[in-house]
Amino acid sequence: MSYKKTINVALIGNPNTGKTSLFNELTGLNQKVGNYPGVTVDKKEGQVKLQGNLKAIITDLPGTYSINPTSLDETIVLKTLLNSKTEKTPDVIVVVADVENLKRNLLLFSQVKDLEIPTVLAINMADQMKRKGITIDLKLLQKELSNEVVLLSVRKEPELGVEEVKKAILKTYNSAKAFPLCNVNNRIDPAYFDRLKEINPKYSIYELWLMITQNSFPDKISEDEKKALITFKNDSKNLKKYQHKETIYRYQKINEILKKTYLADRSKASDLRAKLDNVFTHKIFGYILFFTLLLLIFQSIFDWASLPMDFIDTLFAKLSSYVNKTMSPGVLNNLISEGIIPGVGGIIIFIPQIAILFLFVSLLEETGYMSRVVFLMDKIMRRFGMSGKSVIPLISGTACAIPAVMATRNISGWKERLITILVTPFTTCSARLPVYAIIIALIIPEKKIFGILNLQGLTLLSLYILGFATAIIAAVILHKTLKIKNTSFFVVEMPDYKLPSLKNVFFDVIEKTKAFVFGAGKIILSISIVLWFLASNGPQAFTEVEKNIKEKTISQEISEVKLNQMIASAKLENSYIGIMGKSIEPLIKPLGYDWKIGIALISSFAAREVFVGTLATIYSVESDDDDITTIKQRMNSEINLETNSKRFNFPVGMSLLVFYAFAMQCMATLAIVKRETKSWKWPLIQFVGMGVLAYICSFIVFQTLS
Amino acid sequence: MSTIASLHIGELAYISEESLNEIPLKLLEMGCLPGAEVELIQLAPLNDPLYICVNGSHLAIRKETASKIQIIKAQ
Repeated sequence: MSYKKTINVALIGNPNTGKTSLFNELTGLNQKVGNYPGVTVDKKEGQVKLQGNLKAIITDLPGTYSINPTSLDETIVLKTLLNSKTEKTPDVIVVVADVENLKRNLLLFSQVKDLEIPTVLAINMADQMKRKGITIDLKLLQKELSNEVVLLSVRKEPELGVEEVKKAILKTYNSAKAFPLCNVNNRIDPAYFDRLKEINPKYSIYELWLMITQNSFPDKISEDEKKALITFKNDSKNLKKYQHKETIYRYQKINEILKKTYLADRSKASDLRAKLDNVFTHKIFGYILFFTLLLLIFQSIFDWASLPMDFIDTLFAKLSSYVNKTMSPGVLNNLISEGIIPGVGGIIIFIPQIAILFLFVSLLEETGYMSRVVFLMDKIMRRFGMSGKSVIPLISGTACAIPAVMATRNISGWKERLITILVTPFTTCSARLPVYAIIIALIIPEKKIFGILNLQGLTLLSLYILGFATAIIAAVILHKTLKIKNTSFFVVEMPDYKLPSLKNVFFDVIEKTKAFVFGAGKIILSISIVLWFLASNGPQAFTEVEKNIKEKTISQEISEVKLNQMIASAKLENSYIGIMGKSIEPLIKPLGYDWKIGIALISSFAAREVFVGTLATIYSVESDDDDITTIKQRMNSEINLETNSKRFNFPVGMSLLVFYAFAMQCMATLAIVKRETKSWKWPLIQFVGMGVLAYICSFIVFQTLS
Repeated sequence: MSTIASLHIGELAYISEESLNEIPLKLLEMGCLPGAEVELIQLAPLNDPLYICVNGSHLAIRKETASKIQIIKAQ
């Protein structure tokens, strides 16, 4: 055996077994999220010291019930295990099982075991055994499975068995023993499997069997062997029959072993679960509870996030003006103070809302409640061509569409998943809020109707409802028009209720927030820089702006601040982006917009809230003072020269609100949709479809109101 | 022939041997095997999906799938 200083260990297990708790316990803060080569599923890795200077790199594989995948996440497990006997593959696999569902968990264990990879079985939630009337003959179980078995309680304080898991990993690694548990081939059709084995005897029969049933081949396999395997694969009738037989046989074997080693007194089964289910899945109370919970979540997102968001906003504005004043003037100064700092600020500002939303989503998932929501909502969502599992992305979309689109990965039906991805950007994300806030403040009077309802708040609420309603209508239309066969089939485990582990919630929130910052952040930042370039450069006229203005105003008494504002404003007008704004003016005039609003619309492609900042620059509001009242006053006094009335009157404001509610202006979301659907087709359809809808609706709104 | 979809809440039954080929592999893997005991725990509005307990696993499945799996009702 070769001596290695680090070994690879993979954690695998059913969802809800505490696999991630074990991962967090083993690796602590020593973890990072990477990518699996070629796919977009996040790969969680961490390090742990086993003994002396021997370290283990632990990979937390996505939760799965079987090696046979039905969703994108689960495919990773198969790919990792099938590419065995190469450098990166696991030396030891730890199968994490839940003591109450041991039988079902052992199915996955038996599959891993048949791949002939050294394995440790960790039976978690062992502290629950007494309460649930379960007894296990650990020694006999080890013998029957010819495998290291550890009893584990990760959630208990102090946790039990984590050290034993490390020892078992070490022991298993050193002995490097790996026997199959079920010789499936002998039980089904020995002749068939003998022929299969002849293709390449280096692989175990189960590996070859997985290659043909899952149509997934390791990189190292030769073309001839692949051809021979595909001939087997095409015999689909036998394939399906044998897969069924295989599963039944595995359960027979597991039942045999458990009969000797595992005893459960069913009279002690949880009745707390039954009581809670009676309420949470109730036909009426279940829904009332869910919608109350939703309202509470939205309310707290706004309440809690506004303070840090204001702080971030001020901080970046100050940082920008500080850099601007202290660095020597020039292109580099401008790039940093006007391109990069506001760009980074535009990403950071979303973190509070996103983190708070994920805190709630993670809490609901940890307690087991989310599965009940999926159960309650499935039939309703199916009418709209989606799945019960689409509820989570649609809720997440109210913070940001990017993590929401990524959250669709566990929807197994492609059509249901695609529709969810396509309609999610209609939900009102946090980037729309600053735009809505300023326009509502301009066109809706601040008064109360019926004495209690704030008219401005009511308008904002209507925009939220408009977003959701449009998402649903769009889903129905897509459901009717998309000619994709839904091959999926739906099954959701309803886990037992449990108190959330704060450690898991913490790591989950950190991980998802990081994914947003580094995934979407890159795109938002690069677009911010491109837009900065377009706004700070221009043809001939642009370079002469400063001179011309100074000449024109030489006789007038003008403060330096005012002069600089006039120059900035005129520069923007003559920059490339100003030219773009002017050239789209004929197109947007029927909606009630002029070229200045056109510039703001183009800038919104970085992130929608840039609209406000861009208008501030155009209307030459002091750039280091992003105070909303100043911009508001300035926008309010902007005059439409053709009609000699206010530019931001009621029809224009309404038209803008509708435009921002519908238009697909977020490049970062489009990029994520491209990544998740693996084609430019869908983001393009999304962009054009939502754009056309926004244009038509804003046109109708403006023309009927004015 | 009765199927899982025809169960009442709280009713117990056994999955019939004959439905082996009708059960999707994924459900089979989650413990929904011929001969296994199945109980209907809860129904969502319009009786879809169904919340069942089979072989100790608590699962939600759609009516479409449930109506393909034949059962023998417990006496």
